[in-house]
This record gives sequence, C-alpha cells and structure tokens, in this order.
Amino acid sequence: MSNHAAFILASYLAAFVILGGLVIASLSARNRVRRELDQRGLAPRGSAPRGVDRKR
Amino acid sequence: MADLHFLANPARFRRFSQRVLPGLGFATVLMLCVGLYMAFFVAPADYQQGQTVRIMFLHVPSAWLSMMGYALLAGLGASLLVWRHPLAALMARAAAPVGASFAAVCLLTGSLWGRPMWGTYWVWDARLTSMLLLFFLYLGHIALSRAYDEPERGDRAAAILALIGVINLPIIKFSVDWWNTLHQPASVTRLDAPAIHNSILVPLLWMAVSLLFLFVFLVLLRTETEIDRRRLENAAAQEEGAPA
Amino acid sequence: MMGGFTALLARDLRLVWRQPGDVGVVLAFYVVAVVLFPLGIGPETNVLQRIAAGVLWSAALFAALLSLERLFAADHEDGTLDLLLLAPWPLELAALAKCTSHWIVTGLPLSLLAPVLGVAFGLDGESLLALFATLLIGTPTLSLIGGLAAALTLGARKSGALLALLALPLCVPTLIFGAGAVETLAAGEGLATHLAILGALALVALGTTPWAIAAALRQAGE
Repeated sequence: MSNHAAFILASYLAAFVILGGLVIASLSARNRVRRELDQRGLAPRGSAPRGVDRKR
Repeated sequence: MADLHFLANPARFRRFSQRVLPGLGFATVLMLCVGLYMAFFVAPADYQQGQTVRIMFLHVPSAWLSMMGYALLAGLGASLLVWRHPLAALMARAAAPVGASFAAVCLLTGSLWGRPMWGTYWVWDARLTSMLLLFFLYLGHIALSRAYDEPERGDRAAAILALIGVINLPIIKFSVDWWNTLHQPASVTRLDAPAIHNSILVPLLWMAVSLLFLFVFLVLLRTETEIDRRRLENAAAQEEGAPA
Repeated sequence: MMGGFTALLARDLRLVWRQPGDVGVVLAFYVVAVVLFPLGIGPETNVLQRIAAGVLWSAALFAALLSLERLFAADHEDGTLDLLLLAPWPLELAALAKCTSHWIVTGLPLSLLAPVLGVAFGLDGESLLALFATLLIGTPTLSLIGGLAAALTLGARKSGALLALLALPLCVPTLIFGAGAVETLAAGEGLATHLAILGALALVALGTTPWAIAAALRQAGE
C-alpha cells in the first residue's frame, strides 16, 4: 500500500480543527459568560445559582 | 454513588471543576502529544492498509467516545427526569455538542480513510451509516434542548429524547447492519480495525484514553459555563419580572 | 379505561370527519411526491421497479410526518390538553388514542394508496401485496414515533422541521425493513421474517412511546 500521506494528514487536521475549535469556543464562551456575570456584580464563584437548585 | 451525589450540587461541582480543570487540561495535552508520537513514529505501517492505519487511531476512539457520549446523555436524562438532579440538565446541555463533535470526527476520518482504500469519499458501510444516524440523533438533542424560550422545558424534552434514542440505538444498528448485507452480498466492505497486534493496540488505547481525557475536560468546562449561563438567565429574568 | 380510549378516538375521528380535506391533502401530497421520482429519474421500467419500494416507503414516511405537527397543537391551544391532564384515565391512553387516530387517518389510507401507485412503477402483484402488508404493519410505528416527536416539540420554535429531525432517524429501522421486504421478495425470498421484524418494531414502539409521549405532554402542560 502506498503512502496516502495527504489523507492521513487531512484526518488529523480535521480532528484538530473540530476538537481544537470546540475547546477554543468553549473557553471563550466560559470567559464571556464570566465577564457578564462580573459586570452584573453577581454572587462570588462557587455559590449556588438560584433556579437550578430545585431540591432544597 | 456518594461522590456523584456530592457533585450534584451545582455550586460544589463548580468548585470541583475549577480545581480540576487546569491540571486535567495539562494532562490531556501531554497525553495527546505522547499519543500522536506513538501514532506516527511507534506504530508500524499495517501490512494490509499501509500508513492509512494511522487514521484508525482517531477514527476508532472517536466512535467509542461518541457512543459513550450518547449513553451519558441518556443517563443524565434519566437522572433529570427521575431524581431531578439539578446538574443533570446542565451537564447534558454541555455534553451533547462534545459527543456530536466526536461523531463528526469519526465520520470525517472514516470518509478520509475510505478514499484511499476504496476510491470514494463516502461508503455506505454499516458502521459509518449507523454513526451518521447517531450524529443526527445528537443534532436532534442539541436542537430540541434549545428550542424553547424556557430552558428547563427544553432540558426535559431533550432528556426524554435521549432515553428513547438510547433504546433505539441498538435497533438502528441492527437494522443498518441488515440493510448493509442486503445490498452488498458479494464484497464485504467493513471499516474494521486491523488485526490487533500490540504495536497497533497500544497506541490505539493510548489515543483512546487521551481523547477520553479531552472529552471529560470539555464536558467539565462546558458544564461550568452552563451553570454560569443559567445563573445569568435567571438574573435577567428576575430583573424583567421585578416591579418598577 | 377502554371507554376513555374509545371516547377520545371517536372524538378525533369525528373532528376529521368534519374536515375530510385534511386527509385529502396528505394523500394528494403523497401522490405528487411519488410522481416526482419518475419525473426526476426517467421512466425506464427497470430503474423504477428497482426504486419503487424505497420511493413509496420514503414518501409515505414524509406524508405521515406532515399531519403530525397539528396532532397535539390544536388540543394544546384550545385547552383540551389541560383537560386530558386532569382526566381520570391515564395520559398514556390518551396518547395512544391520538396516535391511533393519526394512523387511521394517515397510515391506513397511505397503505391502501401505495399499491395503486406501485402499479405505475411496474411492480408485480406479489410485490404490491407485500408493499401493502409492510406499510400496514409499519405505519403504526411511524404514527407512534411521530406522535412522540410531536409531543416533544409542542410549543417549540421551528417545530415542523424539528419534528422531522427528531422523528426520521428513529423511523429508519422501520423504513429499512419495510422497503427491504419488498426487495427481498423480488429476490425470491419470503416475507415472513420482515413482517415479523416490522411487527416487533411496532411492539417496541407501543411499549415505549405512550409513556414518553405522556411525559412530554405533562411538561407541555406545566
């Protein structure tokens, strides 16, 4: 079987783009939401968010 | 199970994930680097498939992780509907795009593997077709959970869908396998992992574990964001509802 | 309990009876959709015979989906759904009644119409019978799965497209075995296995979807 290097590289590139892109998008989304929370001066980190903690 | 209940509280989960994420991220990158080295320099070329076997190191773990991801969605769905774990909805919302991404990687790498092997970019192979349908199930879950103005409604609808979906997955797999043999009696086209020697197996398992680390990292990260986002939405809703 | 089921079923059928055009539209769509394929592919009999089962089955699937969006929406809007939530009989039964009425109004006519169109695709008598049988057993499953998709998307944005996105992957097994049955017949094998599998799929749907639909309807009612 011959080399087919292009396909191998394309596969790893595709995986890198998709998964790496997801990582970047997730990190930036997290930072964006955090900034907005800070702007509103909302409760400090690690505290229970209201409306999510139903079983009290 | 005690550990899981401990983490079910969103606040505690958030503290946990904040501690764990940086280390986990670092470990993931490290493992992936080692895995890539093994995939390219340690594993030998397969006598049947040549160098293209290296695509398997991405394709097979992605398949496993996407299936695991859907099982996770079903488990979280059950957790939400039956025990009303507050975190389950948020984690499901976070995890679905991760599982879908791994399904996409599986499909793309499968397609790119098929081209040198059989000359076409898409083969209606039983496994690839099943994976395609799994990808559609993921898209449905993602779309449904975000289709309502009230996010809780979307969470619960998606939870029901995940449970029905996980029951249907074996049925779908069975029917697609049957469909494949019906229409391709002569040639057997299967995107099998090659005969397993250690030199192939070790890099494969290492990549699988590395990508699993990546999966967990992404789910924890995104769940944290969902917790914050839900707080933001609740705050916004309360501001709107508050009397002038 | 059976009284509740028949009452709901009778009510739905009466509503359809007053508006028979609704059924007609779905069937007309089916005919038009099926006719598109020879127009798009060419009238060569060999080709049409080969694709007949797949086309007739797939188009039936799409036609069945058409009427699903309104399955629960009308009741949701006029308050009937809230009454059903409070009714003495189980909501699962009401869900089953709705799916049954959908099947009587959509699946059953489609099963009867498909063989007629199959003639235009050059299918022989045996295949036409097989087509009818597979659709007859398979369309209830489609109504159940479709009913679930309708309940899940009740009140959602873009509910029509979303409903199709949810329902179609779940309907794939039924499609594969339904259309495949007619083809294996052409290859000389018997129908029994396929009909049995289609029946099993219907039973699985019957055993799972009413509860899921009820759960979804309860959320819609909150």
